[in-house]
Amino acid sequence: MSNTILEMRSITKTFPGVKALQDVNLSVERGEIHAICGENGAGKSTLMKVLSGVYPHGTYDGQIGFDGTLAEFSSINDSEAVGIVIIHQELALVPYLSVAENIFLGNEQRGRGGLIDWNHTNSEAAKLLARVGLDENPTTPVGQLGVGKQQLIEIAKALSKEVKLLILDEPTAALNDTDSEHLLDLLRHLKGQGITSIMISHKLNEIEKIADRTTIIRDGRTIETLDMSEPTSTQDRIIKGMVGRDLEHRYPERTPNIGEEVLRVENWTVNHPTQLGRVVVDGASFDVRAGEVVGIAGLMGAGRTELAMSIFGRSYGRDITGRVYKRGQEIKIRSVSEAIDHGIAYATEDRKKYGLNLIEDIKRNISAAGLPKLSSRGWVNGNEEIKVAEEYRASMNIKAPSVLSVVGKLSGGNQQKVVLSKWIYTDADVLILDEPTRGIDVGAKYEIYTIINRLVAAGKAVVVISSELPELLGICDRIYTLAFGRITGQVPVAEASQERLMALMTQEKEQEQA
Amino acid sequence: MTGIASIRELMTRNMRQSGIYIAFVLIIALFAILTDGLLLSPGNISNIVLQYSYILILAIGMVIVIIAGHIDLSVGSVVAFTGAVAATLVIKDGQPWWVGVVAALVVGLLVGAWQGFWVAFVGIPAFIVTLAGMLLFRGATLLVLDNISLSPFPREYGQIASGFQNGLIGGQGFDAFTLVVFGIAVAGYAFSQWRSRQAKLRYQQVVEAFPLFVLKIALTGAVVMWFAYQLATSRGLPNVLIILAVLIIVYGLVTNRTVFGRHVYAIGGNLSAAQLSGVKVKWVNFWIMTNMGFLAGVAGAVYSSRSNGAQPAAGNMFELDAIAACFIGGAAVTGGVGRVSGAMVGGLIMGVMSNGMQLMGIDQSVQQVVKGLVLLLAVAFDVYNKRRASGSR
Repeated sequence: MSNTILEMRSITKTFPGVKALQDVNLSVERGEIHAICGENGAGKSTLMKVLSGVYPHGTYDGQIGFDGTLAEFSSINDSEAVGIVIIHQELALVPYLSVAENIFLGNEQRGRGGLIDWNHTNSEAAKLLARVGLDENPTTPVGQLGVGKQQLIEIAKALSKEVKLLILDEPTAALNDTDSEHLLDLLRHLKGQGITSIMISHKLNEIEKIADRTTIIRDGRTIETLDMSEPTSTQDRIIKGMVGRDLEHRYPERTPNIGEEVLRVENWTVNHPTQLGRVVVDGASFDVRAGEVVGIAGLMGAGRTELAMSIFGRSYGRDITGRVYKRGQEIKIRSVSEAIDHGIAYATEDRKKYGLNLIEDIKRNISAAGLPKLSSRGWVNGNEEIKVAEEYRASMNIKAPSVLSVVGKLSGGNQQKVVLSKWIYTDADVLILDEPTRGIDVGAKYEIYTIINRLVAAGKAVVVISSELPELLGICDRIYTLAFGRITGQVPVAEASQERLMALMTQEKEQEQA
Repeated sequence: MTGIASIRELMTRNMRQSGIYIAFVLIIALFAILTDGLLLSPGNISNIVLQYSYILILAIGMVIVIIAGHIDLSVGSVVAFTGAVAATLVIKDGQPWWVGVVAALVVGLLVGAWQGFWVAFVGIPAFIVTLAGMLLFRGATLLVLDNISLSPFPREYGQIASGFQNGLIGGQGFDAFTLVVFGIAVAGYAFSQWRSRQAKLRYQQVVEAFPLFVLKIALTGAVVMWFAYQLATSRGLPNVLIILAVLIIVYGLVTNRTVFGRHVYAIGGNLSAAQLSGVKVKWVNFWIMTNMGFLAGVAGAVYSSRSNGAQPAAGNMFELDAIAACFIGGAAVTGGVGRVSGAMVGGLIMGVMSNGMQLMGIDQSVQQVVKGLVLLLAVAFDVYNKRRASGSR
């Protein structure tokens, strides 16, 4: 028997009208970390669903060999039985149940008489938690833990099922740098214990760091498998494989043409909506000028989104104090509609949850915030709406058969373009974009950057909140750093580096006086 | 993007919506056969309209409530309460008939505003608020009526629901006035369709081919005029039908063409996204519930008029019929989806079925079983369709 644990051979999966996978081959060595890269919609998730039995045997063509035998899974239970566990991007934990209960959910540790043996459950859970390096009480409800820890609990759950092949779909997408680092360490550690991992990721620097080999998928076909120990296997090399062309510049060129100040926020303080006395944003001040892209860099929990949402019509927090000036005039913004009237737009970081009505079509999503422009005395001009939506579909390059397509079925990048269209249509002067490129592929990212450039070229002011420092360095003119709710620095992009920003982003209160 | 849409496209564009119309036609055909044509006899057709008018009125408000992701369990009690107030004023205190009608509408509005306040501004789920309202207003009905039925209403009040416009301009064996009113309605429909087609053409959108367009109008017109003829050869144009038609047109336009309507769909589709798009969610919710109360008041006036009095147990289970009409008519349990026209067809499906089964002499208990199964199947069909649609990607 060879050292190959998984061999997927010429997998073809068709949906009505679409060939999602075509002759895909994937071969994974025992004990390696194998990364899978590809643009959104390339077929990565479909491939993993075929592997884990979500699409049962018979609904696809091709063969899967696992651990020396031919695998024909008819459900996800079958694949778990042989030791394949998939951890999805959206974690599947029950927030109100304890850590131990979640780990053994569906696999309850029964004692005599079929009742759950809680002592055994909790002590086994504690052992598993130790294996993933998580120092938490097994009886703590999962909802009280952060996303990073929840991810580790998912892995502990997988370990409880005697996993041989662990599949992680975008494991670090929602994690901050420290948590990501910890997770990657854990994967290395598990590799030492003989557990094979397949990791789907958009974060190429992580892949470069951790993967032994990388398979690239494009348009439902395998393009190549790179041996990551080769010196030629760089991030640029992967990108080239993913997009099928050389992306010479990841960020489009722009000559800044900065004008008057458009928005200034002074001494902005926000308290947590439910936890009394907890200050989330503490005396933050910043400004942004016409034609300027200003970045706000901060780690998770630094208060970035909270800062933006509290300015945007007090959508977050309580006991908000501070002043907002628009073109030098102080303005009071008490609601979202007032914010929109004052020409402020905010595109949320979680577009599915807060940004879009996924069951509606493109046109109604684009018009959602700009209905006053489309209506007179309360009546909406539906034809004008379609016309406007068509214009945006063309100018923003939204890939969809028509503006009547349901937004929920679009890819992440196209959904983001719909969100941006919605806010651009409100004629906002200031656009606050919260993680505008989260979870979208390299090609679409470039398009989003181009759109941002177009906006500032038209004299708009843009604030970009991002946790990807290279992105901020690539597109901003000025970057503010936010740490623990406070603005800790303001760096022109020419003087900024990842190291300098990171130092400011982690600067705690005490160091200020020093 | 100019071009001509084919019939096939028109049919498949909204499978769920056209599915319900096809089902409606099939059910009518089925019962017409089973009752030897009795179902479609002139007298019976106007009976169906009269019998289910108040459920349809309630369903108009309910579908808006459901689209926004709420539910209203109190409408049955509110129908009883508003009817009781009207009856007390008109029958006991001898006030003129219109005072009773106005009182029913105002009381309905106030009840709606009361429930809207709790739902929108205090943030209590509508399920709980209206469950409380169901008990509360049933109790209030008993208080107002002192636990006894009031009847009869003066003739004018009874005319609201049981009256007909008949013989105004004569006719031989049929009522010419009814036909004229319907003729004007069809002409108005054709004209508005033509105007909307012209507007679409101005905006260079896809429209159906002109012959197809004419055929569509002609078919609709023929069905409507046939219906009108049935009414005309029976008792004439029911007053209730006029009320219902006005409400359907007004609310159809409100949900489809106004900013308010858009906001209702936005809230039901994604509450947070609506909030962050500047929708004044609280006020929209308040008006949705207030409007439901108002329509319950309308239904209360119609129902009390039809039953010629007010009873403590009036309107029992109406809420469930109205909710069922919405779901059969394609509204989504999770909110964000639904149409007034769908709810009307949903309500009529139930109406035609009950009526048909009554004509066949089927037992009340069996009727309940059939209604329950139809509701379940309609929603199952919806879920199946959705799964197929999402699976095709």
